[in-house]
Amino acid sequence: MWIEIETPMLANELKKSFLASLWFMFLTFPIMVIRVNTVEKIIQWRWANLFFVGIGSFILSALWRYLIRRKEQGIHRTEVDGIARVTLSQRLLGDRRFTIPALIITTIAALVFPFVFSIYQTNIMITALIYVMLGLGLNIVVGLAGLLDLGYVAFYAVGAYSYALLNYHFGLGFWTVLGIGGGLAAMFGIILGFPVLRLRGDYLAIVTLGFGEIIRLILENWNAFSFGPSGIANIPRPGLFGIDLDIEQATIYVYFLMIAMTLFTIFVVNRLQNSRIGRAWIALREDEVACQSMGIDKRKTKLMAFALGATWAGFAGVVFAAKTTFINPASFTIWESINVLCVVVLGGMGSIVGVIVGAFILILLPEYLRFLSEYRMLAFGTVLVMMMVFRPGGIVETVRRTYQYKETDH
Amino acid sequence: MDMEPILNVKQLTMNFGGLRALDNVDLDVHQGEIVALIGPNGAGKTTFFNCITGIYDPSGGDVLISAPKKGKTQRINGLKPNRVTEKGLARTFQNIRLFHNMTVLENVMIGCHCRMKAGILGAVFRGVSTRREEKAVVQKSYSILEKIGLEKYVNDFAKNLPYGAQRRLEIARAMATDPFMLLLDEPAAGMNPHETQDLDALIIRIRENEGISILLIEHDMKLVMSLSDRIFVMDYGKKIAQGTPAEIRKNPAVIKAYLGEEIDA
Ligand SMILES: Nc1ncnc2c1ncn2[C@@H]1O[C@H](COP(=O)(O)OP(=O)(O)O)[C@@H](O)[C@H]1O
Ligand SMILES: [Mg+2]
Repeated sequence: MWIEIETPMLANELKKSFLASLWFMFLTFPIMVIRVNTVEKIIQWRWANLFFVGIGSFILSALWRYLIRRKEQGIHRTEVDGIARVTLSQRLLGDRRFTIPALIITTIAALVFPFVFSIYQTNIMITALIYVMLGLGLNIVVGLAGLLDLGYVAFYAVGAYSYALLNYHFGLGFWTVLGIGGGLAAMFGIILGFPVLRLRGDYLAIVTLGFGEIIRLILENWNAFSFGPSGIANIPRPGLFGIDLDIEQATIYVYFLMIAMTLFTIFVVNRLQNSRIGRAWIALREDEVACQSMGIDKRKTKLMAFALGATWAGFAGVVFAAKTTFINPASFTIWESINVLCVVVLGGMGSIVGVIVGAFILILLPEYLRFLSEYRMLAFGTVLVMMMVFRPGGIVETVRRTYQYKETDH
Repeated sequence: MDMEPILNVKQLTMNFGGLRALDNVDLDVHQGEIVALIGPNGAGKTTFFNCITGIYDPSGGDVLISAPKKGKTQRINGLKPNRVTEKGLARTFQNIRLFHNMTVLENVMIGCHCRMKAGILGAVFRGVSTRREEKAVVQKSYSILEKIGLEKYVNDFAKNLPYGAQRRLEIARAMATDPFMLLLDEPAAGMNPHETQDLDALIIRIRENEGISILLIEHDMKLVMSLSDRIFVMDYGKKIAQGTPAEIRKNPAVIKAYLGEEIDA
């Protein structure tokens, strides 16, 4: 779709891009053009590079301006029409002719996957499902309640270490610890929640980030408790009525376990989201002061969000420990928190489908684009910036199901 | 008056650092009254509301309520805003504070929150009682919207409502908390004369039909004079006058505070 840009405007835009490219040429001049050859003691002037930088930055800048303008016109149009823009994803999700076949295909694909593909692929899929669970849990905290939590990985670690340690010391089995791990993580959620009740936005982000690091540092340094950086090995895989499974069978078993747990997570999160508590979270995100003045207990509501979000991380952690059979603090760095946050933001905050899509993209793409792995962070950064500018709602923009009042309700 | 006031504010004082925004303010409201609080900008009216509704913890003084029919007098200063709302005082905001990305119905349903019970387990299992409660709340919210005249917007997002309707939605949301008293902070601000007239009728209806008493801050003198049973006037954090509209209109201190602005309407 081409947007009409009036000629003076176009000239103006091109002028700005031209200036930007001049600026870029100036900035990069010392590194791109001058090269001091210390062996032969001469200075090389690589003028061709200057030319490429100029052309390149001009084109990128023009493209950027064009996209921004297009976006602004889009917003302008919706304001004039007064009707909200319906995105493709929203339309697809609202259309049964799309959703039902899509569901059937997904179900079949999920069922046959481990039998068609290798264990390696199945393992990747399990990782993706773990991220779906983590994403959905974090989505409660960030997407629904609007609390930016950068220490989410701490709860994941709590889950994983609960299984590893309780199994090591007391021989507790997977299923027992699944519940305990979730409960412990919820408790840690509340422990984190209390001191940060008054904080919002950036402050909250910093404190939660610190919390995540504290947990990791404890695990790394308290050797007597957590076996330090060397971690804990030989964690048993989940048992199936005492039957002995070989690695392949065990992987397939964990895969289906994760499918079941993901479905359970989706079910619970969906129920929560459309309940009195879910509404309170959204109201809290929208306006804290008004929310309290409408009779909602801010403290209780926030703690509930932290605790419930953490519970899923705890579950995911237990499964993670059981799947990899080895854990150490290196699996629970701040990057893990950021990864999960990216899943939520990229997929679409507050949207269950969005988080699922986000998790698959973020976990599967890097796996299959390994040749790009050196540029992974660069690509991540670029994609996130682009998303924030052009599609702040995420890939699947929130189609929060609002309560639709019908006369029949009367 | 032998009946105890439902709201009795004594010597309320609020300091912000060195600034005394409220200085020993007394005010009382009786069951069924419409009372106005007026004064120039910056007089401390909104601060007064914030101190009563728990948003600020006042530096001094007492806020006593005595809910009609319950009879017991309670001190509410220092309580959290949600506790104050549970006790039956609900408010609106001068700068509209709706939940913009929620629908009109959902906004009102939030108001019902503190009168509902469903917890986490109720939400997950969605048993009979939870579903019944949800349904009742939807009914109640819709009927409040009907009373306020907003039912045609029921499924719209709050942010898409016209300005006047947003102000009325604030009132609807406050009513959903089942208050015995509404505190309205400049409910007519930004409304056109026609909307203001509707608001006048609406406030009267709320008092007559729901038995809810009203304390309102308002700059529109015509509205204040026609609605109020009694008026309190503040300036620089102090109460400078109180009385019936007729008395206030003639009060020299009030005329001086408003410095020649039209009071008679
Ligand atoms: N949170 C606050 N911190 C510091 N000063 C405040 C605060 N809130 C209000 N004030 C001051 O208190 C005075 C009264 O303000 P306000 O109650 O909003 O007046 P009104 O509602 O009558 O126009 C003003 O001088 C204002 O600047
Ligand atoms: Mg004010």
